[in-house]
Amino acid sequence: MSVDFWINVGVLAGIYGIFTLGLQLNAGFTGLLNFGQAGFMAIGAYTVGLLVADWGWPLWLALLAAIVLAVLAAIFVGISSLRLRSDHFAIATIAFAEIVRYTLQNAEFSGGNQGVIGFDNEWRAAAGWMLTKLTAIGLGSYTQLPLFIAVWVTFLLLLLAIATLQRTPWGRVLRGIREDEDATAALGKNVFSYKLQSLGIAAGLAAVAGFFVALNVTFLYPSVFDPTFTFFGYAILVLGGYASYTGVAVGSIIFWALIEGTRLMDTAFSAGQQAALRFVIVGFFLILLSRLRPQGILGNRNEMRVRS
Amino acid sequence: MTTALQAGGATDGAPVRSIFSHVSRPAILLAVIFVIFACLAAVFGLVPASQATIHGFVAGGYIGLGAIGLTLVLGVLKLVNFAHGDLLVAGVYFTILFAWAGLPLPLAMLVAMIATAALAFVTDKLVWQPLRRASASTLQLFLSAIGLALVLRFSIQFVAGSQVRTLGADVVSSITFGPLRLGTLQALALGVGLLAMALTGLALRFTNIGKEMRAFADNRALAEVSGIDTQHVINMTWVASGFLAGLAGILYATAIGSFNPNFGITLLLSLFAATILGGIGNAYGALVGGLVIGLSQEWSTLLFNARWKPAVGFALLILILLFMPQGIFGRTKRRS
Repeated sequence: MSVDFWINVGVLAGIYGIFTLGLQLNAGFTGLLNFGQAGFMAIGAYTVGLLVADWGWPLWLALLAAIVLAVLAAIFVGISSLRLRSDHFAIATIAFAEIVRYTLQNAEFSGGNQGVIGFDNEWRAAAGWMLTKLTAIGLGSYTQLPLFIAVWVTFLLLLLAIATLQRTPWGRVLRGIREDEDATAALGKNVFSYKLQSLGIAAGLAAVAGFFVALNVTFLYPSVFDPTFTFFGYAILVLGGYASYTGVAVGSIIFWALIEGTRLMDTAFSAGQQAALRFVIVGFFLILLSRLRPQGILGNRNEMRVRS
Repeated sequence: MTTALQAGGATDGAPVRSIFSHVSRPAILLAVIFVIFACLAAVFGLVPASQATIHGFVAGGYIGLGAIGLTLVLGVLKLVNFAHGDLLVAGVYFTILFAWAGLPLPLAMLVAMIATAALAFVTDKLVWQPLRRASASTLQLFLSAIGLALVLRFSIQFVAGSQVRTLGADVVSSITFGPLRLGTLQALALGVGLLAMALTGLALRFTNIGKEMRAFADNRALAEVSGIDTQHVINMTWVASGFLAGLAGILYATAIGSFNPNFGITLLLSLFAATILGGIGNAYGALVGGLVIGLSQEWSTLLFNARWKPAVGFALLILILLFMPQGIFGRTKRRS
């Protein structure tokens, strides 16, 4: 029982790790305050859900389509809003995420608040196969373990890939943009294009996270993608460490262990009150961390320069 | 406008201005609003168009008043206060609290506004002042604002629950003007909203502290050099911001009738839209921006299903950011 609970926490930590990698690339390494990540995640998840459930696409192809669509959305958002001041950009991206959520909630194609269901048969077959293998080594009773493995393998591969990318000249240009946009432009770099690439990759990562959210919740409804979850991502980011990809993994594990761990405590509060209390804790986290240790646990203070 | 004319006349080589630069922007805006109203009246009939317009003014009242606080804080402190929407919510739930404690509803509302002002003041002392002293980065300020927003919203939810509530006033009775119908409470919200907007405008124009705030929002260095007491202005900015947020929240609750603790975050984007439309730091602009957003949202209900109303606000926000990032009254070169 309790092991299953913690496996689930691990699944959440992995999914939001993937989600936050994108935020780290944007906010931590490009100085881009992307607050619309939940919107990209929603686009990813719903693309997977609708293509499989309504159009009968195979799951892997739907995942590819989801990534492509999220990146296209990011290009659209980027081209229209990247020239704005950084605080205006943040507001524009939040508005984008809200529009996505509102559309999913009210439009016909997305099933409104009833949501989307019946897209995970292929995944269940694959998970069943993995479970038979796990039974052979005595772990067959943990039904969420296949998802946990899939999420964390993906997360760690993506983490490795993006951390490697960060060490290339491409990654150094991004940091240059974060430190001094005008100087980077003066060196002949197309700042706008680099920012767009940074945002596009983040959206792709959000789509992958959305794919796993879809598999985890097994039915999609709009409030799973409340813009508040972007704020969760930022809490993970500052907790783990500013401008550190390993920090994302550490932050995500600590964050979800703390948030979900509060469910285990015996309190006199109702379920609704406990849910509210969790958000209050996240809020205090954000306030205290940005005051006391803005660079986070693994972050480097010298990297912390996001200007407006 | 006279200065623009003089400037245009004084320099010989100045580029030829279009005829529109001689008409003041508020006048253009008023004309645009009137033309749109006329078009809507022609297509949908005078009565539905007028009805939507009246509702637009009701919404414009609370959006405009909410946006003033946001724009003052943004202008004076260069702070994007994501927690502002939740101050509106706090105003409403303070009202419920004081009414429950036995105060008559109007008095409870007034006390709630004062309590919201106190809350805004306290958040400055606890959260913002230390960050200002540490000259925090934009990201730090953003994250603190979001954290504060979560703390406020979910503390309210923790105490009061997330269920839909009402202020407990009479929501059934209505007033009719010929073919137009307006709920009594909405009429009250409209009247109080317009009155409060006028008073706020006058206070900003004629009181010392109003002038100081505007001076500060316009050019902080210049304001400080001319001897304005920084700390006093900052304190009063928070108090005014909180008080007006409380009022805006109460007007919203009165006009809409039912609400839950999440209405602040939904309304916040409309407030941002009004703020940016009016030009950041421009308090009069925020009032006008609020009216424009309110009218647009209500007019949209003639064209689309009413459930899309908030999405219209978000879309407007993005459009404004893209095409008029300086706002209606903003100058073309203003960077903070």
